[in-house]
Amino acid sequence: MSAAPSDSAGYYRRMQAAVEELLILKGIVTPAEVQRQVDAMDARSYKRGAQMVARAWCDPAYKARMLAGGSAAAEELGLEVGPLRLIVVENTARVHNVIVCTLCSCYPRMLLGIPPEWYKSRAYRSRVVRAPRAVLAEFGTVLPDDVELRVHDSTADMRYMVLPLRPRGTDGWDEARLAALVTRDSLIGVARLPDQG
Amino acid sequence: MSALDAVPARFRVGDRVRVRRADPPGHVRTPWYCRGHVGTIERLCGAFANPEELAYNRPGRPAQPLYRVRFVAAELWPDYRERAADAVEVEIFQHWLEAA
Amino acid sequence: MRGVHDMGGLPAGRCERDEHEYERWEKRVDALMMLLSAQDRDLMKVDELRRNIESLGADAYDRMGYYERWMHAIAQTLIQRGVITIDELGRKLAEQEARDERA
Repeated sequence: MSAAPSDSAGYYRRMQAAVEELLILKGIVTPAEVQRQVDAMDARSYKRGAQMVARAWCDPAYKARMLAGGSAAAEELGLEVGPLRLIVVENTARVHNVIVCTLCSCYPRMLLGIPPEWYKSRAYRSRVVRAPRAVLAEFGTVLPDDVELRVHDSTADMRYMVLPLRPRGTDGWDEARLAALVTRDSLIGVARLPDQG
Repeated sequence: MSALDAVPARFRVGDRVRVRRADPPGHVRTPWYCRGHVGTIERLCGAFANPEELAYNRPGRPAQPLYRVRFVAAELWPDYRERAADAVEVEIFQHWLEAA
Repeated sequence: MRGVHDMGGLPAGRCERDEHEYERWEKRVDALMMLLSAQDRDLMKVDELRRNIESLGADAYDRMGYYERWMHAIAQTLIQRGVITIDELGRKLAEQEARDERA
């Protein structure tokens, strides 16, 4: 898939406007509802996942609940997830996890927002299940040989988020400071978080 | 979705299963790359309406148990060049699985 | 037959860390999908959207942008469901085109 708009971009932009107008005329949606959806999606970002990760690093009981049920753990922090069924997979010293949807672009969007363009690309979707370490290296991430890599293909009703390893040198940091370390790519699993100090 | 409306789960965590090798037309959520391969049930995710039916705006009931199946990368890809212990996990509906 | 969308394990190029900012119309495609598939309306299942994307030809699938595929599939589903007709969509598209030309 090309990232740049293709020649047909104008056609589908017009089709969006045409369909929206028809749905409004038929009383199926209102312009305000469409705008509210746009605003709600704009407000979702990986920062919400980062908040969960920071809490899990500080509170072992929360971490246990998060690994048992990701959606309930999000709601516990007041994060609205709608119908999302979230599975959180934990990185450890021995296991590293990475998320993909080879069939389309499934992503915990109700929590983290719209996925990045590369996540939906042919290159990522095709190769990360077959040559995951090579793909991670293209993101600048080199995994030690003794770490097992698990690729999670989101093919049906569950969505996935990685709980990254807490960087060394962060003892005593509060949740806000820890959350600021967490990157979107570390929640997908194509990046690891650098040690501090 | 109530449990009464679901097909009973046939497999348990740790069971070895083979993904059916089938090639129906239409909307299917079983990736091509795992069809015919053997993996291990990692967890039962619940029971969900069958997407093959939902794709045609039919109810997809009774709900099908959905599993996460773990495949050893080197088994999926005979020419796998990375670490032998690596794994790929895929959500697969029960009607695509048979005991291995 | 293996679908064009079912690409896990196939050879492909390097991953480019593309961070495309979505345009206004793309965000509104996303919003329409969310509204139409919400349970209170139930005018579209996510799997209907996917089916209509997957039935694009291989060339179109790779050439079209992500939200172009979505918009194609939303329109197809609404037509299949009888929510809109081809004729009214064609007329609205022509109106949009005329507006674009004036702009």
